[in-house]
Amino acid sequence: MLGMFGQYATLMLLGFYPSGNAYDKGVALTVLYLGIAMLGGMLVAGGAAVGIERVAYRPLRRRGAPSLVFLITAIGMSFIIQEFVHFVLPKLTGGTLGGVNAQQPIRLVQPEVQFTIGGAPVTNITLVIILSALVLALATDMFINRTKFGRGIRAVAQDPVTATLMGVSRERVIMLTFLIGGILAGAAALLYTLRVPNGIIYSGGFILGIKAFCAAVLGGIGNLRGALLGGLLLGVMENYGQVVFGTEWRDVVAFALLIIVLMFRPTGILGESLGRARA
Amino acid sequence: MSTHDPGGIGAGGEHGDEHLASSGRADSSRADLYMPGAVLEEPAIVDVADVRPELANPELVDAMVAPDRTVHAKVGEPLLQMQNVTVQFGGLVALDDVSFDIRRGEILGLIGPNGAGKTTAFNAMTGVYRPTKGQVVFDGSTVGKLKRYRITQRGIARTFQNIRLFNEMTALENVVVGSDARHRTSVPGALFRTPRHRREERDAIDRALALLEFVGVGGRATEKARNLSYGDQRRLEIARALATEPKLLCLDEPAAGFNPAEKESLMDLIRHIRDDGYTVLLIEHDMRLVRGVTDRIVVLEFGRVIADGTPDEVTSDPKVIAAYLGVPDSELTADEGGTGADRAAGPTTEGGSGDASA
Amino acid sequence: MSTSTPAPQTPEGRPTSMPPVGRVATKDRPHGGVGDRFRLWWDAQARPTQWLIGVPFLIFIALVPILNIPVLTTVGTNFGGVMAQFGMIALIAIGLNVVVGQAGLLDLGYVGFYAIGAYTVAILTSPDSPWNQTDEWLSKDWAWLAALPIAVAITSLSGLILGSPTLRLRGDYLAIVTLGFGEIVRLLADNLDELTGGGQGLRGVAYPRVGVTEELPNGVFSAGNAAGTLNSGVWWYWLSLVFIVISLLLVGNLERSRVGRAWVAIREDEDAAEIMGVPTFRFKLWAFVIGASIGGVAGALYAGQVQFVIPTNFNVINSVLFLCAVVLGGQGNKLGVILGAFIIVYLPNFFLGRTELFGIPINGNEIASYRYLFFGIALVVLMIFRPQGLIPVRQKLLAYGRELYVAARRAAQAATRSGSDDGARPGAPAVATASGTTGAARPTAGGTRTGESTTDGEETR
Repeated sequence: MLGMFGQYATLMLLGFYPSGNAYDKGVALTVLYLGIAMLGGMLVAGGAAVGIERVAYRPLRRRGAPSLVFLITAIGMSFIIQEFVHFVLPKLTGGTLGGVNAQQPIRLVQPEVQFTIGGAPVTNITLVIILSALVLALATDMFINRTKFGRGIRAVAQDPVTATLMGVSRERVIMLTFLIGGILAGAAALLYTLRVPNGIIYSGGFILGIKAFCAAVLGGIGNLRGALLGGLLLGVMENYGQVVFGTEWRDVVAFALLIIVLMFRPTGILGESLGRARA
Repeated sequence: MSTHDPGGIGAGGEHGDEHLASSGRADSSRADLYMPGAVLEEPAIVDVADVRPELANPELVDAMVAPDRTVHAKVGEPLLQMQNVTVQFGGLVALDDVSFDIRRGEILGLIGPNGAGKTTAFNAMTGVYRPTKGQVVFDGSTVGKLKRYRITQRGIARTFQNIRLFNEMTALENVVVGSDARHRTSVPGALFRTPRHRREERDAIDRALALLEFVGVGGRATEKARNLSYGDQRRLEIARALATEPKLLCLDEPAAGFNPAEKESLMDLIRHIRDDGYTVLLIEHDMRLVRGVTDRIVVLEFGRVIADGTPDEVTSDPKVIAAYLGVPDSELTADEGGTGADRAAGPTTEGGSGDASA
Repeated sequence: MSTSTPAPQTPEGRPTSMPPVGRVATKDRPHGGVGDRFRLWWDAQARPTQWLIGVPFLIFIALVPILNIPVLTTVGTNFGGVMAQFGMIALIAIGLNVVVGQAGLLDLGYVGFYAIGAYTVAILTSPDSPWNQTDEWLSKDWAWLAALPIAVAITSLSGLILGSPTLRLRGDYLAIVTLGFGEIVRLLADNLDELTGGGQGLRGVAYPRVGVTEELPNGVFSAGNAAGTLNSGVWWYWLSLVFIVISLLLVGNLERSRVGRAWVAIREDEDAAEIMGVPTFRFKLWAFVIGASIGGVAGALYAGQVQFVIPTNFNVINSVLFLCAVVLGGQGNKLGVILGAFIIVYLPNFFLGRTELFGIPINGNEIASYRYLFFGIALVVLMIFRPQGLIPVRQKLLAYGRELYVAARRAAQAATRSGSDDGARPGAPAVATASGTTGAARPTAGGTRTGESTTDGEETR
């Protein structure tokens, strides 16, 4: 739905915090800790996503509200969550989490160059990120396309009423979808933190959420592989554009790319595979 | 915000599932609880004669509603000609060398089983699809692929199988939107309320009221479209289509969901429209309605024309009976006249399974 | 031709077997709330009466910053400045309402138009800018006023440029593309250093030089006029009120014409609208252009007031805030969105610096810093319980024909009073009498033209 980008931003935001668990465990350079941290992030983000869906979106859905209302609600929720972390969380955690400043980074992994490809250094962090992303993407893709739940999701996306007639619980499916979204966002949060350790702040993740939305739209909303492709394309073009035009033009390149692609393929690169996109 | 995308003309048309077509909103069945800004209001039945006494005079109403544009074809001459039209989608041939005419001043019925190509023919006529082969000639000029609003400006108006009114607008406003299509002034005129703009507004509203009276919904002019009864909504759609001053009015299953009394009333209305100077194309399944009101009938099956003639000729044509009607006319009692068509043989029975009396 | 009696039906219009209702479901929504009754009363007034009431009200609104009303006046900041900001945001809200509320186009980058308007004025008049015209042929006194139409023209052009390739998109796609546009504008402003001053921005933007006196060598609009009741904020507020009134009139004219109807039709069912002969693309583009030009005026006002434009103000968050103002106030309702703008601008400032409220000690600054939290909560609550906003839209799409609606309402109220079995409506009889008498006093139609007054059509605000 339309409000996802604000949603994702704040969920990523929440997903940052569980790496604070590793804070207490001291410095340990192991994948295990990273894995635990990632699970923690997924948990918080996924939980928040489901919670938001229950509290804010379900009543709207019940009333058949148009999509602008969903967007505004998502924006409202993202404000609430952001400010919660900004003001309330420090009070709840005695100042360790939240607040105005970014969290002190927890350096579990030091970037070390492993090898080079064509002159470009590839660090261990890069490897971890790419590998994790691929694994997660593969897992999600298999889930959507091969499992019963995934079929349910696709059915509800195409025709909610008939899906209900076929015994698919729409509410459950929607909750599941939000859960998956939240989990992935939480995972992404960890990967992002590996690369940008100073980014854990209440206002972090917003731009990322927008870029994520761009990537999804670029690839074609409703299409998992399209989203992957869109994300990859966006990342590559951004960095390439950075080299060609200069760092400050990076975001312009990203948005310009989006506009150009949408002009020629109004439904994204891989189009819409899940039936008509309802706005 | 509704951003519907139900697939343009003929959504769900061919396969009869149009009544299940979703409007694209989440939970549209609960849409009555969510009202983007408007309260469900009292039904307001206005006696239009109070406000516009001239509209109590039916002849004046007819004169106001009558079309007012130059039509090149004379009465009786072909207004729209399908000339060897073939429409092909990849490997699927939806229309195969279809040729027929719609003559000015007549009521033509287009019938056939579901999947026969009626909607495709309809879309080809109105320029939504470009024919793969052949051409469509409307009032002397070829119909290429046009933007849909240009088609309306050319002079073809239509109603929808599943009613698509502007629900938040009143009936009057719905009809005025139709006549807006013929406005000449645009934004600058509206911004500064130029005299020409004001005159066009007044005329549009006058004519819209006359149209509402004409179709019989005049008393409900100020009600929101979604609060009208089903029959009134159908009539309102017709009024809105007529507001665009078409040369050809296409009615897409206008009697769906009507009881027999309402169908009679609709037949009267269609005849009245034709008598007022319009040409009408009618796509319908109800054979009694079609036989009762049309001058000629064209029958499609599998994308081909299998019959083309007066109602009597067509209904006694064995090919038509086999493909569509089910049993010959003489075997039916009067009550079953309406259901005969609904026992459509469908594409699986070519040449009479169980129609031994053909 | 008989008008069929209402057949039993579901809300979608499908026949059901439930017993017919003489009236559509009224239990689901309370009818006759305060807003509705006010509107009924207002609509029943004759046009001169409406002017008689409206103009003094407008004057009152204009005088608010001067009157020093006790609770209303802000403590921590200059009330005039707050009202000036409100004026600008209200103008933005009206413009965005045209795009989002009327035409239903989801625009998340409206701040881009605001920025273009501000920067055009700044580029033309700031001494920092390479295209500064004030040295050459433009005198500093009138520079702002002269730059204003240019700003509007350029902003409208940008609306055209943005809209032409993108208005074929719908829904989500349009939203993200407009968001991209807003960001591109900001980034261009940030990066094109020679033209826009980059991150430093442009200073010394011109403003109308009026009322030059000894104490105020630069006139009442300058930042130097900061003290006293008639400070610069108040003057800028009045100036923006002028533009607000003008745009309300113009947009109102558009609403009651084929343009406004086209927008509503597009919002309801774009495909059906196009099939009914509405050139949808053209009118969507017009919505963009008109919305953009209003945003450009607001931007010009902003540049003149602050006299210093930098890119950081024109970010996505502000775009989102503008959208919130529109939706909060009542999308589609040009007066409602003004209220929304007021809430967004005023409430944080209300708490700033305030240490007690009605005798209760509060920490105003802290409360003010929670503003986004409150906005968030307000948005969510409002969207769940009142998604049509604070002042819902009541569409008036016809320039003529008001007597028809009045007659209809009279008939409805007559039906209400006589034998309704759905329960008493406390509000209705009172209103019925009021408009009943007003209605009867007005001459009903005689002759061919409608019984409208000699003025050219009814306008209801």
